[in-house]
Amino acid sequence: QFVQEGRISAVMWEVCQQQAQAGSPDLQEALLNKIVCLPDHVSNKLQGKNPPVFFPQNYFPFLGGAVIQVLQKISDSLRGKIVSVHLVYLPVFSSTSEEILSVLLPRLTDLTKSDCIWQRICWRLVECVPDRWMEAVLLGFVQRAPGADVLSRLLGNLVVKNKKAQFVVTQKVLLLQYSHTTAVLQNLLGYLSLDSLRRALLIKVLLELLETWGSSSAVKHSPPEQQQYISKAILICLSHLKEHEIESYREELLTSMMEGVKCHLDSSLPQIRCLGMIVAESISSKINTDGPVLKFQVKVIMKFMSDVQGLEEIKALNQMMQGIIASSNTGNKERKNIYTPQTNSYLYFFYSDDDLIPYDMSEDKELKVKAPVYIRDCIEVLTGSEDVDKWDTTVKALESLVRKNPAATREVSVELAKILLHLEEKTCTEGFGELRQRAQVAVLTTDPIPVAKYLTSQFYSLNYSLRQRIDILDVLVLAAQELSYPKSHGKTKHAGAQKPCIQLLPGSDSSKDWRRIVDERIKSKTRRFGRSQVEVAAVPNEFSSVAGHFFFPLIQHFDRPLTTFDLLGEDHLVLGRLVHTLAILMYLAVNTVAVTAMGKALLEFVWALRFHTDSYVRQGLLSCISSVLLSVPKERLLEDMTEELLETQSWLGGKMGWCNTSGFVALVFVQCLFN
Amino acid sequence: MALPPPDPQFVLRGTSAAVHTLHFSCGGQERDVPILFSGSENGFIHVWNLKTHRVDAALDGHGRKSVYCVETMGGKDRLLSQGRDQRICLWDLAEGRTSVTDSVFTENVGFCRCSLLKVAQGRWLMAMAAKAMEEVQVLELPSKTSVCTLKPEVGAKLGMPMCLKLWQLNFGSQPLLLAGYEDGSVILWSLSMGKALSQLVCHQEPVMSLDFDSEKAKGISGSSEKVLSIWSLNEQQNLQVYKTHNLVNPGISDIAIRPDKKILATAGWDHRIRIFGWKKLKPLAVLDYHTATVHCVSFSDHKNPSERLLAAGSKDHRISIWSIYTQT
Repeated sequence: QFVQEGRISAVMWEVCQQQAQAGSPDLQEALLNKIVCLPDHVSNKLQGKNPPVFFPQNYFPFLGGAVIQVLQKISDSLRGKIVSVHLVYLPVFSSTSEEILSVLLPRLTDLTKSDCIWQRICWRLVECVPDRWMEAVLLGFVQRAPGADVLSRLLGNLVVKNKKAQFVVTQKVLLLQYSHTTAVLQNLLGYLSLDSLRRALLIKVLLELLETWGSSSAVKHSPPEQQQYISKAILICLSHLKEHEIESYREELLTSMMEGVKCHLDSSLPQIRCLGMIVAESISSKINTDGPVLKFQVKVIMKFMSDVQGLEEIKALNQMMQGIIASSNTGNKERKNIYTPQTNSYLYFFYSDDDLIPYDMSEDKELKVKAPVYIRDCIEVLTGSEDVDKWDTTVKALESLVRKNPAATREVSVELAKILLHLEEKTCTEGFGELRQRAQVAVLTTDPIPVAKYLTSQFYSLNYSLRQRIDILDVLVLAAQELSYPKSHGKTKHAGAQKPCIQLLPGSDSSKDWRRIVDERIKSKTRRFGRSQVEVAAVPNEFSSVAGHFFFPLIQHFDRPLTTFDLLGEDHLVLGRLVHTLAILMYLAVNTVAVTAMGKALLEFVWALRFHTDSYVRQGLLSCISSVLLSVPKERLLEDMTEELLETQSWLGGKMGWCNTSGFVALVFVQCLFN
Repeated sequence: MALPPPDPQFVLRGTSAAVHTLHFSCGGQERDVPILFSGSENGFIHVWNLKTHRVDAALDGHGRKSVYCVETMGGKDRLLSQGRDQRICLWDLAEGRTSVTDSVFTENVGFCRCSLLKVAQGRWLMAMAAKAMEEVQVLELPSKTSVCTLKPEVGAKLGMPMCLKLWQLNFGSQPLLLAGYEDGSVILWSLSMGKALSQLVCHQEPVMSLDFDSEKAKGISGSSEKVLSIWSLNEQQNLQVYKTHNLVNPGISDIAIRPDKKILATAGWDHRIRIFGWKKLKPLAVLDYHTATVHCVSFSDHKNPSERLLAAGSKDHRISIWSIYTQT
């Protein structure tokens, strides 16, 4: 009842009055603390018979309302005089700021809109917040303010006057936290840019952000979400910069951009590379208004872009991106050149006295070149032909031809693999990379052993580009997947029937009969419980005979550097891909004969690389270990590979700090094995 | 909603070789049978009866070498044919005869079709590619006397003449020759003066075929590229490009303008016959029947407009006959 009768506001008003007459600070403290802790005290006392008005979610909004009332009274009393407004210590701004602020802020926004006295009150209010609550207050304000200008009205020049506020705004929110939304960032940075006093802070913030963005250790070790957050903040800052500021800081911007781009492009994660490219492009377009601008062919992360909306700079960037993507598509459209009848008979009557009505000409299209039907023809076209149309149709038709003619492919498989590996894009075919890869996979699955030998030897040869080496790995993985996947019986029969040979009449084949008889006998004699499951026909695992050929050559030479290819040195991207590939191959080799030897070799390989600096490689190593544990049967693991397992266990156990989920899982697995 | 293109009225089969040239002779008397002459790659000239759609006679006069031009000289009884045996033969086909009355040895191994023009009763001018590479010779028939030899200037690298057209503005006026060359240019020659009046480069590739409308002084040429070029002749006898039209597929082997100057037909390497309105080169139809390159197109000279036909001969040994836009 005390509360309900609005006594709280009366108490607070009393306090203010007292304050104006220099009352004792301790009493105020105590009183205000009591007000805040009232719900806790009451619930402790009443223990379950707590009336709903004392629940936090109800109490604090009520308190917020009371605060407003007090402030109203103050403002009324202030018309004409400036009174120190130390009061209302914002006991309200303690741990439950959310509910309070949800009531307080909208009211304050409205009130401060036109009334400068209210603005001053508000400023004093926030200035008096003690340091221990400053962060909560500020965050609450920044998150809830509907716009940067509102924030400016509410906070005034707080960040300039108060050290703690400055720290929170410039360092903590931007650099140390990354959970806030884009709107928050926009509010904050917009607030910083609106006043000339605060602009200095804006510049400082931008330079610090750029420093973080550009530091290679940050790029390597901070999570992608944080990097995205920082990039967004940078872009927003850039959009707020004025001409003269850009002029004076051009050099610094340029240097930091160059460094930043370098570390970003070095990373193994495509997201990071993309982010780096986007930010670098926008910086460069800002600082080089005339002259060459940095341009990357970036496929835009649309989600990222749509978050940072409302900034014309981002819009321009967006359009630029779209333009780049669109222009790579029109190349294809122009080639088609479909003839559309441009007139229709009605129109024609108006502007011509020719009364001849045209016929439908929509079928009139470009003549298509026929694709070759034989594999050797394909080889000829791909190696020699200057005819671009033919080359194009050959590339498109190659995969299906290879799959339809396995015998013919086996004769020329290594040659085809060589041609495909070196095939470069001559025309602007859509999906060229995918077509080539599928053709390579088809060749590899048709004739696994020689082609795998060829490909793995080429992986470690001189003078291949990174793209080609990674291609080899991808193709090996896809082919292994295909080979290890059980195909249905029907398919293999069909492939066999294509051979032009005399087919034996099925009736004379008695070897199948015994199987049928035995099956029937078993069926009649067994009782089945539950639903009978459809039995999948067993098919031999095609991967088992070739798994070794895929796997071992890849592991062989990893520590031998060549002049153009150094796995343990610069080319850690390829090393990372290699490790992942080995993990997949290991996993696919489950139930094959070679799996134990593979597992042993893989664990040794992992042991050699366990301290590699690139996190992508280390992740790969963890997935290797997981694959080994999954594929190799338990008995073999414990018998043949005990030492390696123990070593791995000690390694994983010691590194709990940086282990992520897969490492943890692997560790658990190993523990289980030994128990 | 535009109608689908029409089907051929009928298709003549039986040549058993690629058809390189066609010529109608349907303008005779009422009781006369309309005839279509076709020259094939196996050296035969087939005389098709358009009422029965069968071959009336097969003329063998070029030693089984490809016949690439047939023309009539005043009616269906006198025929001129040109073959790859370097000969131009004149035939007498009256009253069922099939004999070669005369022949001209051209000594030219090219593919340029000759062009005929009637200048007076019983007298014809014929332009043909001469023995020397860039020259065109004009003979008077039946006397076979040389009227003039048209030589381009020294150093003008024109290449072979690819197609010729003799024309005169009215009956009795000065005959002129339009020649399309291998380098893509078209030259207007004056026969009386024996020299070139105007030269126009209309294509980047050889001019495969051309046709000219003397009433409107406008002509059209097709080449092995994707462009049709329309040019006109102004008062000073100068050729200038009037417009160009882009095609879907490259390569034109023959162009013919219908005698009533309303439409024209082109024979394409992409197996299609295209019909355009002559006035503004408006595309009217694409006739897609043949399965190989169409070598030649020809319009008939029926007196009755509703009976007019278009014939197209192709490498797939067929001759398709179409009845299109006959109402105008």
